[in-house]
Amino acid sequence: MIKILYFARLKESLGKASEEFELPYQNFTIASLMTLLSSRGETWGREFGQGSTLRAAINYDVAREESILKDGDEVAFFPPVTGG
Amino acid sequence: MPVRVQTEDFDTGVEINRMRHSRMDTGAIVSFVGLVRDTNHGSDVTAMTLEHYPGMTERALEEIVAQAKERWDIFDALVIHRVGTLKPMDQIVLVAVSGAHRGEAFAACEFIMDYLKTEAPFWKKEQTSAGERWVEARSSDEVARERWNSDINTYKQ
Repeated sequence: MIKILYFARLKESLGKASEEFELPYQNFTIASLMTLLSSRGETWGREFGQGSTLRAAINYDVAREESILKDGDEVAFFPPVTGG
Repeated sequence: MPVRVQTEDFDTGVEINRMRHSRMDTGAIVSFVGLVRDTNHGSDVTAMTLEHYPGMTERALEEIVAQAKERWDIFDALVIHRVGTLKPMDQIVLVAVSGAHRGEAFAACEFIMDYLKTEAPFWKKEQTSAGERWVEARSSDEVARERWNSDINTYKQ
């Protein structure tokens, strides 16, 4: 089981700040997770599908598409940052 | 290397004085304060809400400060970033850097801001007369960060 967090505009468009997620198989990556999430419906497809500008983090560290997820991880997805 | 994310306002004078009194060989303190403007992309901005990712944001800021300290011969760096709802003229962020001389402190301060704008997980939502909108990331901020990867712009004494 992993925890997925959504931030900012993404949290509003999905109507969800977090969820628990069961990893379906070993070596499941950020890219695999994004593909799976993109199949959940129109908004999810727009956010996580082809050309997505979302950034990902695993346990507070910036993640790449090929980063592998493991049980207990906290994964976050968010739009490009706009602080400062 | 103190890094603070808070809803409360900060007093730049108090922070700089604390830095000034922390060691006697400090010759320069450079500071930057970012403010909420009352206008953006042609709209009146009446308020702004800043969101962050507690835990990751602090870690990202600490990492940026650590990189600045590795790159330049500076004594200390302070980053305070506010979250929550802010109004025009409110302070958003303070970056203060101390060192023996101004050159390295100026460079490190600008480096920290450029990286903060593109790496630290903060998101701004503006309240305007036309409604609410999330601020889009600016490509000019990416350009500002990327120039630090060119040796030409690396200040070294």
